[in-house]
Amino acid sequence: MTDKKDKPAPKMEERLYQNRYQVDEGRSHVQIHQQNKGDSPELQAMTDLCPAGCYRLNEAGRVEVVADGCMECGSCRIVCQSTGEIEWSYPRGGYGILFKFG
Amino acid sequence: MTDHFDAIVVGAGPSGNAAAYVMAKAGLSVLQIDRGEYPGSKNVQGAILYSDALERIIPDFRDSAPLERHVVEQRFWMLSEKSHTGAQYRSDDFNEEKPNRYTILRAQFDKWFSKQVRAAGAILITETTVKDLVKNDAGKVIGVLTDREGGPIFADVVVLAEGVNGVVGQRAGLRPEIKPNHVALAVKETHFLPEETIRERFNLAGEEDGVVIEVIGSVSSGMVGTGFLYTNKESISIGVGCILSDFAQTRVPPYELLDRFKRHPSVAPLLKGAEMKEYVAHLIPEGGYDAIPTLTGDGWLIVGDAGQFVNAVHREGSNLAMTSGRLAAESLIQLKAEGKPVTNENLKLYRDKLADSFVMKDLKKYRKVPHLLERNRQLLTTYPSALNRAFQSFLRVDGVDKRTKEAEALRDLKKARGGWLRMASDLFKVARAWR
Repeated sequence: MTDKKDKPAPKMEERLYQNRYQVDEGRSHVQIHQQNKGDSPELQAMTDLCPAGCYRLNEAGRVEVVADGCMECGSCRIVCQSTGEIEWSYPRGGYGILFKFG
Repeated sequence: MTDHFDAIVVGAGPSGNAAAYVMAKAGLSVLQIDRGEYPGSKNVQGAILYSDALERIIPDFRDSAPLERHVVEQRFWMLSEKSHTGAQYRSDDFNEEKPNRYTILRAQFDKWFSKQVRAAGAILITETTVKDLVKNDAGKVIGVLTDREGGPIFADVVVLAEGVNGVVGQRAGLRPEIKPNHVALAVKETHFLPEETIRERFNLAGEEDGVVIEVIGSVSSGMVGTGFLYTNKESISIGVGCILSDFAQTRVPPYELLDRFKRHPSVAPLLKGAEMKEYVAHLIPEGGYDAIPTLTGDGWLIVGDAGQFVNAVHREGSNLAMTSGRLAAESLIQLKAEGKPVTNENLKLYRDKLADSFVMKDLKKYRKVPHLLERNRQLLTTYPSALNRAFQSFLRVDGVDKRTKEAEALRDLKKARGGWLRMASDLFKVARAWR
């Protein structure tokens, strides 16, 4: 299936717009521990893989995470478990994604 | 609140609710802890409810549970880029007094289930994340630590119903970290349409009747995965899931895969004019029998997704979750009645009950399937597309004689798979994994 002739996909912000979140300001439950030798292929893959688009490349070409839209699936935690670059815990009770329909 | 319970249940999904309900009903003191605002607010499923598993816990659930539609028709689609070849089964027998399967919305269903759990006598605390397990000097689990103020809470047993991405058991060293090839990452959207529109589009007789569509083929873009489309009362749940390690390797964004599925000419008309009101993502345990962790220890046991109890072939999970929760509860009730401590040795009772149930029997039956698909992706790509091409040729009337068409279809299939021997080998492998 090619995407070329199709209309552009909705932006992630639009996709997540309908979701309900209780953001725990200043307490990100996902942190990146950057390695000096550069980001692992696993961490780089997260820029495509994260279903909420939380991972992006910064201007320096390093992977950054902004977890406000996180749906707490745990994919990054599991994909990057062997590299040790991601520190992941669940948000404090009551915070994070709140599914309306699930 | 007493500081010692017969049981602490971590999580309020189908397995945790089943365990807590059955134990509370039998008079055990049960504390259930969930990190959501309300039970269900952190939970995701397709979702199909299997009546049998719930009936064995709450026989009259139909009187009050929030059910969407009961399933009268199941469609299986093999997708290629612009086509699908399908089989479907529909029967008026499914319009029975006590239907066998329902579509549900988990956030609402889990809230209802939790209400029954509390009515049975369990204490529930929400908005509370369990951070760790407490062990005594002998290594026996004796309680939990939460992110609430106050010290640990103690119990004779901790039931880990924390879900596929549960981290409590892993942090306490009770179960190994999940492997990326043992889980699928699924994304789903809920699209709203008027009830009558859904009825008409799916050829349904009433607002209670529903259709389930399960999809393989191009929907997973060469990865090991499936798509689905379920009719709810006033909405359609549409999603796609593939093995996490496949996503990591191909780097296909999961939401793009879902968008392609939604744009497929066989799917788009079903969603036309609908309003998307939620986008969710969740992992599904799909490693099968060989991915099941150690399920019991001194003072603890595992139920539901945390135990990898999902039959990926039949897309069943919530029934395995509820059944494992019920069997765990029944085992713990028996131990208490006999005055026996909750040790790993005594929890053989739970392990035996599981082994004797459809949960383990079905997982064991299909134990080779995850491995088979991981190594034979052609089963989900080559064959569905060849089948679609063959059907098109068969149905298109264009002056070419039928014998020539048949020969072409066979040649096409042979070429696509690289020879008859490989096809025979595929057939053999599938048969062996299935038996």
